[in-house]
Amino acid sequence: MGIVASIIVAALLGALSFGYKSVREGAMGAALGLLGGSVILGSLRLCTFAADAASTEAVLGIGLAGAFAWMFGAGTRAVLGQRSADLGSGENRSGTYKLGWYWPWLLLSPTLLILILFLYLPAFQTFTLSTKLANLTSPRTADRCLSNFSDLMVESPTRIAMLPLVAIAMIWGVALWSKRSTPGTRSHSIAKTLQPMGILAVVFAFYFMFETESGTGGYRLIYLNTIIISLSIVALAMTVGLAMAYLAFGRIRGITVYRTLLIWPYAISPPVAGILFFMMFNATAGIFAFLADKIGIEFPNYTASAGMARGVIVLASVWKLLGYNLLFFLAGLQTVPRAQIEAATLDGANAWQRFRLIVMPALGPIAFFLLVTNLTYSFFEVYGTVDLLTKGAPASSTSVAIYEIIRVGVNNQNIGKGAAQSVLLFLAVIGLTAWQFRQSEGRVSYAGS
Amino acid sequence: MRVREQDNLTMNVGKVGIVRGRDWPRHVSLLLAIAVVVFPLAYAALISTQSNTQINNFQLTPGSSLGTHFDQVWNGANLGRLMWNSVVQAVLITVIKTVLSLLAGLAFVYFSFRGKWIVFFLVLITLMMPTEVMILAMFRLVSDLGLKNSMAGLVIPFAASATGAFLFRQHFANLPKDLSEAAQIDGASPLQFLFKILIPLSWNVIGALAVIQFVFVWNMYLWPVLIVSDPNSQVVQQGLERLKSTDTGITYGPLMLAALLASLPPALVFIALQKPFMSGFAVSADK
Repeated sequence: MGIVASIIVAALLGALSFGYKSVREGAMGAALGLLGGSVILGSLRLCTFAADAASTEAVLGIGLAGAFAWMFGAGTRAVLGQRSADLGSGENRSGTYKLGWYWPWLLLSPTLLILILFLYLPAFQTFTLSTKLANLTSPRTADRCLSNFSDLMVESPTRIAMLPLVAIAMIWGVALWSKRSTPGTRSHSIAKTLQPMGILAVVFAFYFMFETESGTGGYRLIYLNTIIISLSIVALAMTVGLAMAYLAFGRIRGITVYRTLLIWPYAISPPVAGILFFMMFNATAGIFAFLADKIGIEFPNYTASAGMARGVIVLASVWKLLGYNLLFFLAGLQTVPRAQIEAATLDGANAWQRFRLIVMPALGPIAFFLLVTNLTYSFFEVYGTVDLLTKGAPASSTSVAIYEIIRVGVNNQNIGKGAAQSVLLFLAVIGLTAWQFRQSEGRVSYAGS
Repeated sequence: MRVREQDNLTMNVGKVGIVRGRDWPRHVSLLLAIAVVVFPLAYAALISTQSNTQINNFQLTPGSSLGTHFDQVWNGANLGRLMWNSVVQAVLITVIKTVLSLLAGLAFVYFSFRGKWIVFFLVLITLMMPTEVMILAMFRLVSDLGLKNSMAGLVIPFAASATGAFLFRQHFANLPKDLSEAAQIDGASPLQFLFKILIPLSWNVIGALAVIQFVFVWNMYLWPVLIVSDPNSQVVQQGLERLKSTDTGITYGPLMLAALLASLPPALVFIALQKPFMSGFAVSADK
């Protein structure tokens, strides 16, 4: 039954993602979907539907088949589109060298070699390891099918099947609503404001899918930590960064010195940020404890309360990120059309209206780029800050996803479980990047690595 | 009436006199912002001179323990050696990555070849593959290659990147086409063209990439923690962790001094290359 369900799901999603304008296109999409589904289920040797597999694994298997079907369909569509765009955009410009065929390959080979050996290969191995029972130090492994994943989730197959469907249905419903309703009406504006909330549906769906082990909080706690900490970092770092950019923009005596001093913390490492905030917020020797003592307040020990510990990590990370955001926002402010600002001022628009109607749209691409880089920072680089500040304490309430991966995979040496968690994080990153590409349509700037 | 040279956010038509006077609040708020941003460092600098008793008494003037702390950190905790390791790692990665990215950019812009778009995709997709999500598999791989505890293990996996290749591709594609035509007529080989013409036109981008890479590598923490356990081959960020987690009661002074010392090299690189860095950003931001 599981196999039949996955065949249907794969064919449907393949057609949906590839396109179904004509019968031929739809058939092509369904075929691609089936190919994608059978690639993944075949490489798992259909273990998700074996007699001894848990029922949650069967649900995950159907989901996987669907996801791969979608990837094959959408991927082929994107490649075809890009290829025709490439041919049209005159990549073959005049002035190219016409030497032996091996020349470009020679120039590219070191880069390709390193990328394949140290990115593609480990990425592939992460996926294979995630289905294994493997120890960090021994080369022997045993197959675990998808139980590394189902261990992270609640033991209810219906919930795991329904939650994502509900989230997707909500997103589609709202999208349809905003498409159908007439622009300008109340109902349209409600639909428009609801649309960005779609991401919340996904966030909540995952929250209720992860297990809560009684006592430790389980992976749901890790997920919650990651969401709270990363969203707070991004929100604060971006708003404060923009405010500072406003302050540091334009000509004023000594502006280059001001800017250098404000941007400089960008060069500080996440562990150092952790150490500096460890000192300041130290309950016995820190400056804040001293000041609180002066005015007669007992300064709480941040390592004892989940909220405080998360707060200090967020503050340290925001402090470290500010310079980076300021730099990009400054570059973005240069692109704000000055003539429009002048016209709006003469028309009597106030500062807030000018900001909302002219500055914000112009900053859009930069803000979006920063949103994604800040999120990646708060997913990964925050490791150093957490390790030097709290080490995940108290009671795992500051253990974010990357910290948990290392704890499980390296400290507990269970590399298969760690790899499964890595795959989840990987999917989150792929989703974010795909979203970024769609929003910015190739306006890629450069990131930190 | 001369309207003062303006930024494009504030408009003060015909209010020159008031504008001058209005600079004051901005200076004050900028100084305040700087005070907040610099405070953690200034506080660390103060602590680094004090002994634990002075810290616990909240003495607000510098203490006299800086010398002993320096000796403790530099010789006792071997921070000098660790900083040297970090310098070697950061310089090697920065240089190799810049060269490889230049070569890749050259191939992408000045050659047309079969399968170019596949290679392009192969490189492009790595943008959504942060090393952290595959760090366990990478760790296993690098251990299997026998590169644990070695500089090669710290450098090689990070010696190439899509970011650099695309940065130069974008930069080269915006240069005038006549350049490569003229170079070909003069009979210059691609490498001569790269070194004689392209690189001199790319110093801003190279400078920007160098700052980003140096800072990125210097601040790298998780990867060294995983693959370097030998205390003499560790990098500076690991030294900080070791200083903080001593068994015998923490002494804050040396820890703060070490944190400050560890922040010095990237800051120096940033300040030295600030000009190309900023203009490199301005270049990339309006594309």
